[in-house]
Amino acid sequence: MHYSPAPLHIPDGFLSAAVAIVGWALAIAAIAYALRQTRGQLGGKQIPLMGVLAAFIFAAQSINVPVGGGTSGHLLGGVLAAIILGPWAAVLIMASVVGVQAILFQDGGITALGFNIINMGVITAFTGHFVYQQLKKILGDSRNSMLIAGAVGGWLSMMIGAVAAGIELAISGTSPLNVAVPAMAIVHAVLGIIEAVITVGALAFIYSARRDLLAIGESAPAQTSAAWVGVGLALALVVAAFSPLASPDPDGLEKVAAQYNFLNKAAAPLYNLLPNYTIPFIANEVVGGILAVALGTLIVFSVVFLIGRAQKRANA
Amino acid sequence: MHHTLEVSNLKFSYPDGHAALHGVTLSIAPGEKVALVGPNGAGKSTLFLHFNGILMGEGEVRVCGLPIQKETLGKVRASVGLVFQHPDDQLFSPTVLEDVAFGPLHMGLPETEVRQRVEKALAAVDMSDYLNRISHHLSVGEKKRIAIATVLSMNPEILVLDEPTAGLDPRARRGLINLLKTLPQTIFASTHDLRFVRDLFPRTVIMDQGLIVADGATDKILNDVALLEAHGLEKP
Amino acid sequence: MIHIHLADQYKSGSSLIHGLDPRIKIIGTILFIVAATVLPFGAWLPYALLWLGSLAVALLSRLGWSYALKRSFVALPFALAAITLPFTIVGQPIAQIGSLTISAEGSVRFLSILIKSWVSVQIAMMLPATTRFADLLWAMRELRIPKPLVGIVSFMYRYLFVFADEALRLLRARAARSATIDNKGGGSLWWRGKIAGGMVGNLTLRAFERSERIYDAMISRGFQDEIKILAPPRLTNHDLIILFVWIIYLASVLLIRFI
Repeated sequence: MHYSPAPLHIPDGFLSAAVAIVGWALAIAAIAYALRQTRGQLGGKQIPLMGVLAAFIFAAQSINVPVGGGTSGHLLGGVLAAIILGPWAAVLIMASVVGVQAILFQDGGITALGFNIINMGVITAFTGHFVYQQLKKILGDSRNSMLIAGAVGGWLSMMIGAVAAGIELAISGTSPLNVAVPAMAIVHAVLGIIEAVITVGALAFIYSARRDLLAIGESAPAQTSAAWVGVGLALALVVAAFSPLASPDPDGLEKVAAQYNFLNKAAAPLYNLLPNYTIPFIANEVVGGILAVALGTLIVFSVVFLIGRAQKRANA
Repeated sequence: MHHTLEVSNLKFSYPDGHAALHGVTLSIAPGEKVALVGPNGAGKSTLFLHFNGILMGEGEVRVCGLPIQKETLGKVRASVGLVFQHPDDQLFSPTVLEDVAFGPLHMGLPETEVRQRVEKALAAVDMSDYLNRISHHLSVGEKKRIAIATVLSMNPEILVLDEPTAGLDPRARRGLINLLKTLPQTIFASTHDLRFVRDLFPRTVIMDQGLIVADGATDKILNDVALLEAHGLEKP
Repeated sequence: MIHIHLADQYKSGSSLIHGLDPRIKIIGTILFIVAATVLPFGAWLPYALLWLGSLAVALLSRLGWSYALKRSFVALPFALAAITLPFTIVGQPIAQIGSLTISAEGSVRFLSILIKSWVSVQIAMMLPATTRFADLLWAMRELRIPKPLVGIVSFMYRYLFVFADEALRLLRARAARSATIDNKGGGSLWWRGKIAGGMVGNLTLRAFERSERIYDAMISRGFQDEIKILAPPRLTNHDLIILFVWIIYLASVLLIRFI
């Protein structure tokens, strides 16, 4: 029994070495941070609980919703995991699921595993969780508001995860930006509906049978910094995408950029910062390219993270 | 000489208010083989969870003379080998070796001794070839035997078994009964299988609605039709 | 007994590859895929050499040359992600379809991506096929992957089958009630989704309750906060020599291109 590879599991070869390295750096950082954040959460029960939930999500991905024409949609589960146990625990759970899918089934590549974990584990968990929490704050504490928040969180998480994947493919030169992103977005706008519907169905069931379980996710650690991490990741990817430094095919991206008149608006200051698209004192283009992308991502990430910390201190 | 297991007026209610045990009093001497029977919901599984401190109620529970408290939990858990109803819950390691080694390893024993105990335990349940097998590939009967091995490797004083023959086909059931006959430990088992009780256990305890309602020689109890029917049981 | 052999990718055997230390195999697989990724587009000879390497591994593992080949097309659908390359990369035109021009550079890049992916999948497939999952787990611990994470993966793998079985039972129960009149199934997408969601919710609760029972079983056997395991065997010279040979091979493949 093997379900068809989901459009979000990027195989090896489709991401360039530079992009893959950034993906791994981000994934390792996210997992390390998640391990720290979840350490005291549930005591000794933590590991069997997260492992069993990971097993359940893996198996739940096989429960399909027939959509007609012989095809069906499936749950990915990042949002559900984040709502149940909090976003950091969800990162560990989804990383386990995605990692084992890559190793055992070659569902997603090994070099691409870094960004696959980010797209399917970190981005979905944090976007979904963030949207869920904010919507619940706005809509109140009723069952219906929880379901609506879960639905929107589920859908948005798929969209943003997919757009991120599209951007990563574009930066790698596998697909032009103006094809990759819309294609990913359209496919996952539909798949996102299924994610939303199944997530809502599951939440409704849990709410009616064991409402106390939903409280665990509510009191999970690091709520505000989680939101900032989500925003930070999204920002980092967008910046990296529009930075000509990152594209191995400047012609293609400039064509797109010129078409949409981005060159003048956004890229000018970046050109000045790093002339000729490389870090000045590093001659080799490949290394310089990698370092530039990594540097850009790190800078944005750090800025957002520091803002988050300052805000947390102000709130404390 | 201490009793292996001594329960005095044990009361327990779950957090949601449901009162499961209403004052259970019971003693088991070393070497005894005792069966616990009664309808579902009588509190049998709840009672068992008190024997190694997973649940703690009002009243006293002593294992080999030691009262069960936070400080004594380590020793208690090494003395009471609790075998759960569903072997899947108990076989949680990737391989049989790791599952059977889990207990001794966590007792802090050195590796050579751990390996010896694993071999002995698997030999005792007649599954020595299963060392590197993977738990989820095994049949229910095999899993139940390995589950017993996982507690035997801790050299417990008493084996507490929750419905050991449930879900087994006749052949596996017969194999398990024969296995239990060969084990020297004190055994306390809950079961619905009254033929199993008659076959293996000289003493029977009947539990209903959180209380012990009968405790005596198996022959006498299993021939008392009125008593059996009063507590939802049928004469085998 | 209902049973899905979902994750049983291990094909038991006693070949050279089966006997290799799992740590060496993991490192070797990663190095190979990194080499494939780092090679530039259009490096046909190195690609062919890499494929020969994966073929050699397949033969040495006594799984047959076609084992990986047959399963390697699993990533093919994703090729669609790169399909626009021949049309969008500017370069020397080699064909025309309607108003779209196919360029040489675009085609080279497209084919290169496909080949790199295909070759990577073939070597990646060898790892679970020749290594027991339990061995992969302790190799992960030795390779410094944090113990809590390995613990999660270990429990996940162990209980995958249990939940897959339960999911299968739920699916069969649903199928048994999915009669159609005139072959047209009814119910809106929303309704179907809710049913599926209910099944998922059901599984969630079973997951929680099972994990409680597992935890009880663990503390019954003395568990406190960290899972203790037996020490794994040490690396032999045999393993190290093979790793060395593999590295030389990969380095040569890379050098051929970059010289």
